[in-house]
Amino acid sequence: MSAAHSAVGGAVPLSRPVVPYAPAASSPTFWQRVRDLPWTGVGITVLVLYCIFPFLWLIRLSMDPSASGALLPATFTLKNYVAVFQNHDFLAAFFNSFVVSGSATVVAMAIGGSAAYALGRLPVPGKPYIMFSVLCVSMFPGISIIGPLFEMWRSLGLFDTKIGLIIPNVTFCLPMAIWFMSGFFRELPRDLEHAAYMDGATPFQAFRKVMLPLAAPGVFTSAILVFIATWNEFMFAMSFTATNASRTIPATVSTFQGENSMEVPVGLISAASVVVMLPLLAMVMIFQRRIVSGLTAGGVKG
Amino acid sequence: MKVSFLDKLDEKRLGLLFVIPALVLMAVVAAYPVFKAFWLSLHRYNVKVPDDYAFIGFENYTRILGSAHWWDATKTTFIFAFASVTVEFALGLCMALVMNKGLGKATGLVRVAVLIPWATITIVTALAWKWIFTPTSTLTWMKTVMGWFVEESCMLCGTWSSMFAMVFADAWKTAPFIALLLLAGLQSIDAEMYEAADVDGASRWRQFVSITLPSLKPAILVALLFRSLDALRMFDLAYVMTNGANKTETVSMLAYDVMIKRLDIGLGSAMSVLVFVLVLGVAFLFVRFLGATPEGADEPIKKTRKQKRLEANVVGAGVQG
Repeated sequence: MSAAHSAVGGAVPLSRPVVPYAPAASSPTFWQRVRDLPWTGVGITVLVLYCIFPFLWLIRLSMDPSASGALLPATFTLKNYVAVFQNHDFLAAFFNSFVVSGSATVVAMAIGGSAAYALGRLPVPGKPYIMFSVLCVSMFPGISIIGPLFEMWRSLGLFDTKIGLIIPNVTFCLPMAIWFMSGFFRELPRDLEHAAYMDGATPFQAFRKVMLPLAAPGVFTSAILVFIATWNEFMFAMSFTATNASRTIPATVSTFQGENSMEVPVGLISAASVVVMLPLLAMVMIFQRRIVSGLTAGGVKG
Repeated sequence: MKVSFLDKLDEKRLGLLFVIPALVLMAVVAAYPVFKAFWLSLHRYNVKVPDDYAFIGFENYTRILGSAHWWDATKTTFIFAFASVTVEFALGLCMALVMNKGLGKATGLVRVAVLIPWATITIVTALAWKWIFTPTSTLTWMKTVMGWFVEESCMLCGTWSSMFAMVFADAWKTAPFIALLLLAGLQSIDAEMYEAADVDGASRWRQFVSITLPSLKPAILVALLFRSLDALRMFDLAYVMTNGANKTETVSMLAYDVMIKRLDIGLGSAMSVLVFVLVLGVAFLFVRFLGATPEGADEPIKKTRKQKRLEANVVGAGVQG
C-alpha cells in the first residue's frame, strides 16, 4: 500500500500538470525548487532526532563528570553506572520491578485471557454489560481508589508488599488485556471449534488445545503491553509502598536524592534512568512490529 | 488424557467460570473502593488521629469547593489537558503524514525511534525534560534559547513556562503513539480516492481536508477521548518536573498529597471523588459527542450500535498506559 500511496501522495506526479496538452515544464520556479527538496527525508530525520534526543541527553548527562553545556563533554566517565549498581535502593527496586511486572503480567494474562476467551467466543449471559463495565474500569482515575485501597491494604497487611502492588496493577491492566485478546479470539474461525467438538473435545479442551495455541501471538502481544504498562506504573507504587521491600523503579528513581537535598545527583539519577530503560529498549527493538500492531489494533478496526 | 472437572463444563458454564475471576477482581479493587471513597469522604478521618472519626456529611466537599487551592489545581489540570492534547494531535498528525510517505529502508529505525518515547517510563521522561529545561543541566544553546523567553533561562521557575515545559514533555511522550494510530488510519485509506481527486484537479490541501481528515475521524475521536481522560488524571509528570511548584499542581496531585502525605483520608477521599466525577463528566460529554454523528442520528438503534462500535475501538487507543 505504501508504494501505491507514495506514488499518489508523493511530490513527483503532482508537480506536473495532469492536463495532456500542457507544454513541457520550463525551468522550475523558486517555489517549485523548494517543493522538490527531499522533504520526506528531512522530516524523518527531524522526527527520529526529536524522539531520541532526551534519551541521548540522559546518556550524555550520566557520563559527563564536568556537567558542561557542550554537546559532547571533554571527558567521559562510567563511575555513575558503577555507583548505580552499588546502590542498594536501586538494586532492590530493580528486583521489585521485575517481580511485580512479571507476576502482574502472568496473572493478568491468565485472568484476562480466560475472560477474553469467554467474552469473545462463549455464550456468557449479559456480555454487553460486562464489556461496558470493563470499559468503565479502563477510564478510572487511579487517584479515586488509592485512599480506600490504602486503608484495605493496611488492615490486610498488604501495605508495602509486592502482592499489594501486583493486585491493583493486574486489575487496571485487565481492561486492556480483555479488550485486545477478546478481539483476537473473536477473529479465529468458528469451524475450528466445531472440528474440535466433532473429535469429541470438551469446550475446555477446545480452548486449551485448539484456540489457545492459535491465539498465542495475540496473548504474547498483550503481555508485552501489560508488562510495559506495569513497569511504568507510578501512582500505586508511590501510595502502597514505603521501603525497599516493595518499592519499584519509578518510585525509587523519583525519590533518589543526594545526601544534601540542595544537590541533586544528576549524573547518578540519569545513569539509573538509562539502566531502567534498557529492558524496555530491548523489548521495543525485538518486538517493534508486534507492539505497533497491538497499539493500533483497537484504533482502526470497525 | 486426564479428565479434570473443567472438562465436565458446557460452554455456558465454562464461560461463566472464565469471566468470574476478572469480574471479582474489578469489583473488589476498582468498584468497591470508589464507593468506599464516597463513604469515607462523608467522614472526618485522619489516620494520624484515628480516634477522631465522625460522620460530617458534605462538610469535606464544602471545604474543598471553598478553597482557592482546589480551583487553582482544577484550572491547571484543564489547561494542561487541553494544551497537551491539542499539541499532541497536531504533532502526531504531522509525524503520521511524514511516516506515511513510505520510509523504505528506514522503516525499522523510524518504528523503534517512535516507540522510544512511548516506552519511556514517565518518570524518566519527566526527569530528562526537567534537566533539559533547567539551565544548570542543559545544552548551552538550549540555555540561550530559553534565555530569550524567561529570566535566567529558568523554565521551571514560573507558572506559564513550567506549564509549557510540562506540555512539551507530555507531547513528546504521547505524540508518537498518536502518530502510530493515525498512521494506521492513513494506511487504510483507499489510494483510489486520491487518484480520483487528482483527476478532478483537487489541490493537496483540498484532498487533505476532504479525504484524509474525514477518513481519520473515528481514529481521531477515540484517541482524543482516551488522551483527554489520561491528561486529566495526570500525576507523575508534574510530580517529578515541578512537584506542584508555581501553581502547577494537578487535582490528582492535590488529592494524593492530602491522602497519602497528610493521611487525611476523609478530605482526600472527597477530592478523589470529585476527580472521579470530573473525569466521568468529560467521558460522558465525549461519548455524547461521539455518538452524535449525523449518520447515527436518524435511527436510534443504529446509533447505539455505532456507539458500541466506537466503544469497542476505544480501548485499543487507551492501551498506552
